[in-house]
Amino acid sequence: MGASQTRSEHQYQDLADKTGFSFEQIKNLYQRFQQLSGNEETISRENLDGIPALANNPIRKQIIGAFFDKRNQHQDEVGTCDVIGFEQFLMVMSHFRPPNLKTTDEEKEAMRKEKLRFLFNMHDSDNDGTITLAEYRKVVEELLSKSGDIEQETAKAIADAAMLEVASINVPTMGPEDFYEGITFEHFEEILKGLEMESRMNIRFLDVNTTTMRCGKSQS
Amino acid sequence: MQRCGHVHLWLLGLVSLIFLISGVTKVNGDVAHQESHPKPQSELKSNQTEHVHGSSVITGIPVVTFKWHHVETPYLIALWILVAGLGKLVIEANHHVTSVIPESALLICFGFILGGIIWGADGVQTFTLTPTVFFFYLLPQIILDAGYSMPNKLFFSNMGAILIYAVIGTCWNAASLGLSLWGCHMGGAMGDLDIGLLQYLLFGSLIAAVDPVAVIAVFEQVHVNEVLFILVFGESLLNDGVTVVLFNVFDAFVSLGGSQIDAVEIIKGIISFFVVAFGGSLVGFVFGLLISFLTRGTKNIQIIEPGFVFVLGYLSYLTAEMLSLSAILSIVFCGMCCQKYINSNMDERSVTTVRYVMKVLANGSETIIFVFLGISAIDKTIWVWNTGFILLTLLFIFIYRFIGVFFLTWILNKYRLVRVEFIDQLIMSYGGLRGAVAYGLATMLDENKIKEKNLMVCTSLIVVYFTVILQGITMKPLVNWLKVKRAAVTDITLIEKLQNKVFDHMLVAIEDVSGQIGHNYMRDKWNHFEEKWMSRILMKPSARKSRDYVFNVFHKLNLKDAMSYVAEGERRGSLEFIRNETAIINFNKKFGDDCSDVMPDIMADTSDDQGGMSSMRGDPVPSISLEMHEQTMNGMRESEDINTHHLLQQHLYKGRKQHRHRYSRSHFDTNKDENEVQEIFQRTMRSRLESFKSTKMGVAPPKAITKHPKKDHQQKMPNGKSMDKSKTNYSGDEDFEFSEGDNASGYEASGHSFPMRLTYRAGAGIENPAFMPDLDPMAPVQIPPWRAEAERDSSMVAPSQRAQVRLPRRPSDLCRLAPLSINTRSDNSFLEADVPLTPPPPPTPTPPPNYFDGSI
Repeated sequence: MGASQTRSEHQYQDLADKTGFSFEQIKNLYQRFQQLSGNEETISRENLDGIPALANNPIRKQIIGAFFDKRNQHQDEVGTCDVIGFEQFLMVMSHFRPPNLKTTDEEKEAMRKEKLRFLFNMHDSDNDGTITLAEYRKVVEELLSKSGDIEQETAKAIADAAMLEVASINVPTMGPEDFYEGITFEHFEEILKGLEMESRMNIRFLDVNTTTMRCGKSQS
Repeated sequence: MQRCGHVHLWLLGLVSLIFLISGVTKVNGDVAHQESHPKPQSELKSNQTEHVHGSSVITGIPVVTFKWHHVETPYLIALWILVAGLGKLVIEANHHVTSVIPESALLICFGFILGGIIWGADGVQTFTLTPTVFFFYLLPQIILDAGYSMPNKLFFSNMGAILIYAVIGTCWNAASLGLSLWGCHMGGAMGDLDIGLLQYLLFGSLIAAVDPVAVIAVFEQVHVNEVLFILVFGESLLNDGVTVVLFNVFDAFVSLGGSQIDAVEIIKGIISFFVVAFGGSLVGFVFGLLISFLTRGTKNIQIIEPGFVFVLGYLSYLTAEMLSLSAILSIVFCGMCCQKYINSNMDERSVTTVRYVMKVLANGSETIIFVFLGISAIDKTIWVWNTGFILLTLLFIFIYRFIGVFFLTWILNKYRLVRVEFIDQLIMSYGGLRGAVAYGLATMLDENKIKEKNLMVCTSLIVVYFTVILQGITMKPLVNWLKVKRAAVTDITLIEKLQNKVFDHMLVAIEDVSGQIGHNYMRDKWNHFEEKWMSRILMKPSARKSRDYVFNVFHKLNLKDAMSYVAEGERRGSLEFIRNETAIINFNKKFGDDCSDVMPDIMADTSDDQGGMSSMRGDPVPSISLEMHEQTMNGMRESEDINTHHLLQQHLYKGRKQHRHRYSRSHFDTNKDENEVQEIFQRTMRSRLESFKSTKMGVAPPKAITKHPKKDHQQKMPNGKSMDKSKTNYSGDEDFEFSEGDNASGYEASGHSFPMRLTYRAGAGIENPAFMPDLDPMAPVQIPPWRAEAERDSSMVAPSQRAQVRLPRRPSDLCRLAPLSINTRSDNSFLEADVPLTPPPPPTPTPPPNYFDGSI
């Protein structure tokens, strides 16, 4: 815990302002961060890959990728980084922060957009502003890869069907000459309207420290 | 006005029916308490009938005897079911009424009318809702249905809140009502009543519970958001455990008397709560697993497998009742546990059967319950009016419900991720409907111990009417007025399902990364366990695939598309379809007609599908001889003979006319002849595809399509990325005219489909691997002459495009191919919205890049 004491209250205040987490939550997350990184200042893909609980997650790759995606770190940059520091880690985590009592409607709306953007970025791997069928297929294939007997072909067909669905929802009057390029962010927002993103994409970040109860990462 | 007349007619009919019944019962003296004491009476009756029977034998053999007693009980039951059903029918025929007043309220009012008629005829109320009938024959199916169609995930993710409301909320309601009434009694608000504190508490406990039947009935018509619904609904189901315990405990206390109650008894009461609630749930769980396990092996008795669900469900209810555990909890959990497994284990038809029968039973008994709640009111004996007691009860119930909900929600909101909004709390409080369970419990009270039983029954009836009718009617306007978040009524879309799945996995992953054990973590672990052990044991191995929810939705969408596709085809090409059908029929009749005209046509058809078939056009009723041997004797060439023979065998097998109508109790098979089924399928499919084509031709003549890929290519050139991807496919500016079969080109990206096209051409566009995957390879040769022309036509548009060209909206890489594919897309709206009917066939090897060069 040596490193955590070097972080001043001031730094925490800074992070809390940026991410909206409480001090306690930041402290907890910082401990977890150190646990994952092996007391380093930065964390790498391998660190996250090593979390045993993640091993069964079919979209592990996408999620870990999201941590290293600069688009998710509130900076106007694109591309990926190899390692991230604690601040970036917090930034990514903050997408899953539940709204609290004081959040106003505008803030909620902004949070919703942010969450959506996060999800969108996860699909849009080449960052061209559209989720193309190829990109979408990849995600769906991975998503369904763990669910037993669905073959890859079926997964592909499902992705295709979903894509057609999006196309028919968003461009109902598509002329014979048109071609659906892919899901743009606006379309993405439109089709996921019913999902109540703001109330679903949340994680309870505990105020009390429980991280030591479970060692998530083997020290290697 | 006409409708009104209609309704009046119905009412008249019903009224006369009731008179008939009550008249009959009157004629037969005082045997009418059919509902209240069925057992002894039927014994009595059977004795009577036997006696009567015995005496009549002596005098001679009667030709016709009128034996009302013999059938009375079942007859009356059936009649009541019929009357309740007819009542519902009348009520539901008036949409403008049911849109304002909920059906349950109307049914109660209908019960008032019926009760009035009976009372008027008999002078006493001969039919009332008795606890036995209610708890044993009417309630179980409603609760089983509720459990079976319970959205499990939603339920368990709100489990904490539901339990809090169900346990603490109900206790609070019972205690506060009992104590307040007692306080008022002490204060002298009710005059002279012989009710002690314990009896008040007993009354409080029986009326405290929110009633599942009433809640389902009212909330089903008001589509509030699912969290709100599950909170109220879940509470109403789970509070049964509490009600049973409280009722039993206070009942025991009342019999024991106040002096005997000590701490030990109270602790026993608390322990019994856990035993009753968890024991009941456990019994249900065990029975649920039993059902699941049983349906795993019912492959050979498919026809009765739905029965197991009902019988075992009912048994779980009775078992819990026998062990004096919570029967409702038991059957709820039974339904919830087995739903997943039986839905995937059983045949699809059985699942549909279970669903429908479940709904029929639940809806039917709900109707009967409400009607009888109404009828029970018209009974002079139970009406004991005590203004203070009744009004205060109503007031306290209303107020304490609000207080309880708001207080508990306030606590819960501190811990909930998604808060329960203020408006939702209001609706939750207002939705605290009491129902038949309270009335049933009240009638179960022992009159010897509780002097004011009738007052309690009467009060609980009034409470039920007040909540179901008044609150039921005002619920909808209130929901509208408060702008309560409604449930989305849209269909599930595939992409939403996929995103849901992404969500689940993502949340688990984030919890994992942040190192916390949250709901998602627990759920993930449970899913793993479930998949690894329970599914393996309880589910047929073959059923595991379709179990996946995303796959299900996909499957459903595909089915829907196929259906709309068929419907569309029928709509557009019905005439053609009919023509073909007559052709088929006639063709069997024309036996040994002149055949020399026809045979060459067949030959031409089989050997060369470009052959001139036009001669057939003149003959709308083609005729073919079945006499194969004559044909051969006429000197046909042998190869032709084989062809013909094959052709005829394919199409003229016996049995088309001799469709067997077999009666079997255990099988539904209509048609076992695989050939026949296959051909019928093939034929209808073809004619439909064909009719499609004819409509399409007008839209986009396929010939004119893609003559100048170069031009299109150039158009695409400035389009940034397009170059690198497209150039492999268009290697030159050759003026390649695509043949009809190439319409399918939109299907596979970057030329995957090119080799496929060749097969289409060979099959003259008839055979579609995606559509008829398991037809025999001879299909192209099977074109019957009377169809030949149509077939040739259809080859112009390669029917396969329906299935194959359906992915035109392939993004990036394929959009370069747009000029190839666009033309085959019709702008027919339902095509646009479609998804592919079948999973695409396995990709064929990629052709060499300059495939087009070579082919020309």
